[in-house]
Amino acid sequence: MLLIHCPYCKEDRPELEFSHAGEAHIVRPTNIAAIDDTAFEEMFFLRDNPKGLVYERWRHIHGCGRFFNAVRDTVSDRFLTTYKAGEPKPDPVRLSKGADVAKKGAAK
Amino acid sequence: MSGANRIAGAGRLTPARSLRFSFDGELYTGLEGDTLASALLANGVHLMGRSFKYHRPRGVLGAGSEEPNALMSIERDRSRRQPNVRATVQEVFEGMSAVSQNRWPSLAFDVGAVNNVLSPLFAAGFYYKTFMWPKRAWEKLYEPVIRGTAGLGVAPDESDTDHYSNRYTHCDVLVLGGGVCGLSAALAAAQSGASVMLCDEQAQFGGALAFETGIRVHNEDGFAWAAQTAQKLSAMDNVRILNRTTAFGYYAQNFVGLVERVTDHLADPDPALPRERLWQVRAKKVIIATGAIERPMVFANNDRPGIMLSSAARTYLNHYGVAVGTKVGVYTANDSAYEAAFDLKRQGVAVETIVDTRDAPGEGLLSTAADLGLEVLTGQSVTDTKGARRVSAMVVRPNGGGAARTIPVDALIMSAGWTPSVHMFSQSRGKVAFDASTQRFLPGDYVQDCVSVGACNGTDDMPAAIEEALAAGSNAARATGSKRSPKTKVSCEGAGNWSGGMSGAAAGAGPDTTVKAFIDFQNDVTAKDIRLAVREGMHSIEHVKRFTTNGMASDQGKTSNMHGLAIAAEALDREMPQVGLTTFRAPYTPVTFGSIVNHARGKLFDPTRRTPMHYWEEEHGAVFEDVGQWKRAWYYPRVGEDMHAAVNRECRTVREVAGLFDASTLGKIEVVGPDAARFLDLIYTNGWTKLKPGRCKYGIMLREDGFIYDDGVVARLAEDRFHVTTTTGGAPRVLNHMEDYLQTEFPDLDVWLTSTSEQWAVIAVQGPKAREIIAPLVEDIDLSGEAMPHMSAREGKICGVPTRLFRVSFTGEAGFEINVPADHGRAVWEAVWAQAEPLGACAYGTEAMHVLRAEKGFIIVGQDTDGTVTPDDAGLNWAIAKSKPDFVGIRGMKRPDLVAEGRKQLVGLKTRNPMTVLEEGAQIVADPNEAVPMTMLGHVTSSYWSENCGCSIAMALVANGRARRGETLYVPMPDRTIEVEVTGTVFFDEEGERVNG
Amino acid sequence: MADRNTALRAAPLDGRLVRSAHVEIVPADVASRIVLRARPEAIAPLSRALGVKLPEEPKTSAKAKASRLAGRIALWIGPDEWLVVDPNGADLMALCSKVKKLHSAVDVSHRNTAILVAGEAAQSVISAGCPQDLSPNIFPVGACSRTVLGKAEIVLVREDAHVFRVECWRSFSDYVFAFLADAARDAVI
Repeated sequence: MLLIHCPYCKEDRPELEFSHAGEAHIVRPTNIAAIDDTAFEEMFFLRDNPKGLVYERWRHIHGCGRFFNAVRDTVSDRFLTTYKAGEPKPDPVRLSKGADVAKKGAAK
Repeated sequence: MSGANRIAGAGRLTPARSLRFSFDGELYTGLEGDTLASALLANGVHLMGRSFKYHRPRGVLGAGSEEPNALMSIERDRSRRQPNVRATVQEVFEGMSAVSQNRWPSLAFDVGAVNNVLSPLFAAGFYYKTFMWPKRAWEKLYEPVIRGTAGLGVAPDESDTDHYSNRYTHCDVLVLGGGVCGLSAALAAAQSGASVMLCDEQAQFGGALAFETGIRVHNEDGFAWAAQTAQKLSAMDNVRILNRTTAFGYYAQNFVGLVERVTDHLADPDPALPRERLWQVRAKKVIIATGAIERPMVFANNDRPGIMLSSAARTYLNHYGVAVGTKVGVYTANDSAYEAAFDLKRQGVAVETIVDTRDAPGEGLLSTAADLGLEVLTGQSVTDTKGARRVSAMVVRPNGGGAARTIPVDALIMSAGWTPSVHMFSQSRGKVAFDASTQRFLPGDYVQDCVSVGACNGTDDMPAAIEEALAAGSNAARATGSKRSPKTKVSCEGAGNWSGGMSGAAAGAGPDTTVKAFIDFQNDVTAKDIRLAVREGMHSIEHVKRFTTNGMASDQGKTSNMHGLAIAAEALDREMPQVGLTTFRAPYTPVTFGSIVNHARGKLFDPTRRTPMHYWEEEHGAVFEDVGQWKRAWYYPRVGEDMHAAVNRECRTVREVAGLFDASTLGKIEVVGPDAARFLDLIYTNGWTKLKPGRCKYGIMLREDGFIYDDGVVARLAEDRFHVTTTTGGAPRVLNHMEDYLQTEFPDLDVWLTSTSEQWAVIAVQGPKAREIIAPLVEDIDLSGEAMPHMSAREGKICGVPTRLFRVSFTGEAGFEINVPADHGRAVWEAVWAQAEPLGACAYGTEAMHVLRAEKGFIIVGQDTDGTVTPDDAGLNWAIAKSKPDFVGIRGMKRPDLVAEGRKQLVGLKTRNPMTVLEEGAQIVADPNEAVPMTMLGHVTSSYWSENCGCSIAMALVANGRARRGETLYVPMPDRTIEVEVTGTVFFDEEGERVNG
Repeated sequence: MADRNTALRAAPLDGRLVRSAHVEIVPADVASRIVLRARPEAIAPLSRALGVKLPEEPKTSAKAKASRLAGRIALWIGPDEWLVVDPNGADLMALCSKVKKLHSAVDVSHRNTAILVAGEAAQSVISAGCPQDLSPNIFPVGACSRTVLGKAEIVLVREDAHVFRVECWRSFSDYVFAFLADAARDAVI
């Protein structure tokens, strides 16, 4: 069971309190009724599923109830950061450097 | 006497405390503190099991959880029968019944042993090859036979009467392993003030101190020091210390699963105690002090009963006071076996010969051996053994060639060296690193916040290991915020040397031989099997493992991994690290289903949700159906009625008089705020801004892809307050769906959502007499048709309590839904019933509700829709507000496939024979004579006998269905073909006048 | 038979009780409750109207100061969400209706029910199903949180060192009570 830092509760909380909610930073167009089929397909159906850093949404559904965003490394399953919905996408370069430091620090 | 092989004065058990137990029906006597293995050995029983594949006779190999052979079934009664218990871990108790496994009809005479003779057929990978042809035989012959003989042990066939417990717990420092290093680390961390947990799988703390009797800690017996230290730790408020507790899995972010065996060692457990307690521990720091496991020597026929690890023999002697034989042979590539030989000799056991495959044993060993009168043969090897159900002799040959010498023995103890137990480290996703100088894998890169100390970290020298453990303990405490830094000291002397040894096949079992030299005793894998796997093209150790099953299953390669790897590396002519090491997987030792499930059994398997009126319904004979977690009244049979009769009566009564229906399970969401109507405009296809307070509307909700997601009636209570209802099953996901859009897409709207599903009990009163029934109970609300027409909502009082009264109908009859605060639900229901019953009304259940709504063509989302149905498919285009610029699904529903011709549309079906009721899910075709596979036009979604229509009715999704009205279609069934006519979806009161009462 | 003019109130756990050497599990008395949602500017006026300072720190609760409001508590549930509980049956909806600043108050008096778990094993019993760290330094007296217990969602409040209030939805209360009772069979502290 993972620990997930809720940016609203400001605390690491057990995964059992959360639900995953798909890829983050996908913007629903304000003129959605007017977009063409390709744009809709891109927005609604196509997802990257990369190996490495993913930006994803979680909801602290059995906690404060807030949706928020997270950056997780799909190789190590480690969360690099979590941040409130609406905040800008963190810079991946800065984040992965942080991860290396964390890894070294974990060893004796 | 607790067994002929018990040596007076040896070991730590008390001779007076004897107890009786049975093994395969024979009665034996053991001592309190014995394991099943030690007690059987004391009684001269070495044959304890049959091997998995070849059914070879087997005895104990080890003295702890690494035991691959002596797996037993421990049976208290038919419901409490635990297979695959390691006899070396299970403590005996008075009256215990143990049964051997993997043999038929008996352990001594086992028919399956024919597999040993036929073993050429059963080489590694045999089942991939042997059972390929003929293909048809797989299902009928091979699989049943293999399933019949495969598997270890027999599962209990009655429900488990024990109970199990779970505790989530958190600590600063978790120490895995309670040997000298684990105890030292825990002591240092605890004395620094950290919260500490320490666990050990054995009954007593001390680890190797149980047999390493030469070690003195703080100038006293090491094992006594361990007991005192454990006692000292358990007395500290910041320490939880758990014996008989296995750390079986190490998961992400220092989440470690421990299982504590609470009663398995007790003759008559207090029923209040759980049998096992699962500890789900989250630790800031983990200290791994899991020690090392001795390896067997790999030589021909090294698996006969009586052949065991030298540390096991030493444990049986020094802890349990049991001699493993009367003429003991020793075979080693390592110094530590000498200590076992010396201890045995000093206790008066005849030690025949020490065969050391090395030319030069460690310093001083030869002279000690000489002093004790022991023969040592260096540079020689045991190349074979004799004996049937117990070893009777070992065959010794000089390594350089020469004459063989057969030495009679009744036990043979061996050591190829010690493997650091890196299982927990590896489970933590740490990467092991090969240490070329000692030819072993040690913890390398750490991924989690843990540290390994002592033998599992390759620190062979005990004083150095203790220093390492003490430092790890105080560092962990400091890192987790402890301020105190007391100098915890543990001094020790007299430890033996465990370094050195060999991996792989010993002389006489090399590539040029065809002997059976076992490496994985549990899975019956020999050195030859590994070489075969390599010859067959398995060049990665992961492939070798799967081809041979080496290190698989419950054993996880505790004694076999290094040997398998060394032999594969030799066959591939590569270094061990180039071949790789397999992953160690959880669980470390088998974990019972009971402890994993723990509290979630029976009533606690899943919540059962009941409405406030549930027990009234039960008292009035309702039969219930499960709807998700809810129990809902399905129908109310009267004396002599079957379901069909009851449902027919309920359906008739509702339309003729009235009926009461418990609709409490409907999801309810209160939408509050100045932007409430704007928000609903975005969530539903319908328009809400013009809906006046006091009015209701049926709404449809889509997903972004344009398919129907949920539906329900929404009441506007005030300009800024809506009472939304959802389907019963949809309640949680609809609220989540709405929250998602509100929080992330439309966060600027001033509106909030609150679940009120359980605030309100809902009593639907439907039928011509509905108004007459409720009128005497209602205050402050004018119920007349003019004042309160269909689809209106009022707030007032009923039976003196607040109500939200809705004039709505899911039956097509005039009706009301009475919402009252849930705790008043039953009392109000009873008051309504008191009015209704004298008028001839009935209570009706979900089945009648389904029929009544189908008669009116009302859909049930999830039954008549399946996530691929658009509003147009369902004939609900009227519910889409055409002028809205946006709502969820507005773009999705315009996708080419969703507006294409020929989509499946919801229609009604009437069977040509009105008495025939279609099966829901049945397929529909145009030409019943078409060759199979036929062209399927769609399927039946709802189908009932309609008492009110006097015929069967059905709804179906049919390609281009609405244009087929009047057409004849066919429903092919296994025994006949049913002719149907396509109709509209409304079967009763097509004009819809009855709702107006 | 119910009087048609005063429908009786029947709480879901009436009459349930578990008592052992180390823990007692009893249903709490009926109470009025609202779920309050508000923008920051409404917090002060709502606090005044309710007589209890709505907490703004995660995982905290506040008690009403005035003795006539004894027992009224406001629980932080989310950044704009509170659960207000009054054991004396006060009309909390009416109190909030006087506040003009933007907010939402919804009556959930009957949606929730509560169970009190008291005794030296109380924390251990709840830890059978709640994965949060409930050690007194992490989850001190006054701490509260929405979380899970086994397969049910709860709101947990530490009312005293050895007293927890477990709020849950009405239809889950049978499960939650039975879960706590099962956990209480194991006397580990």
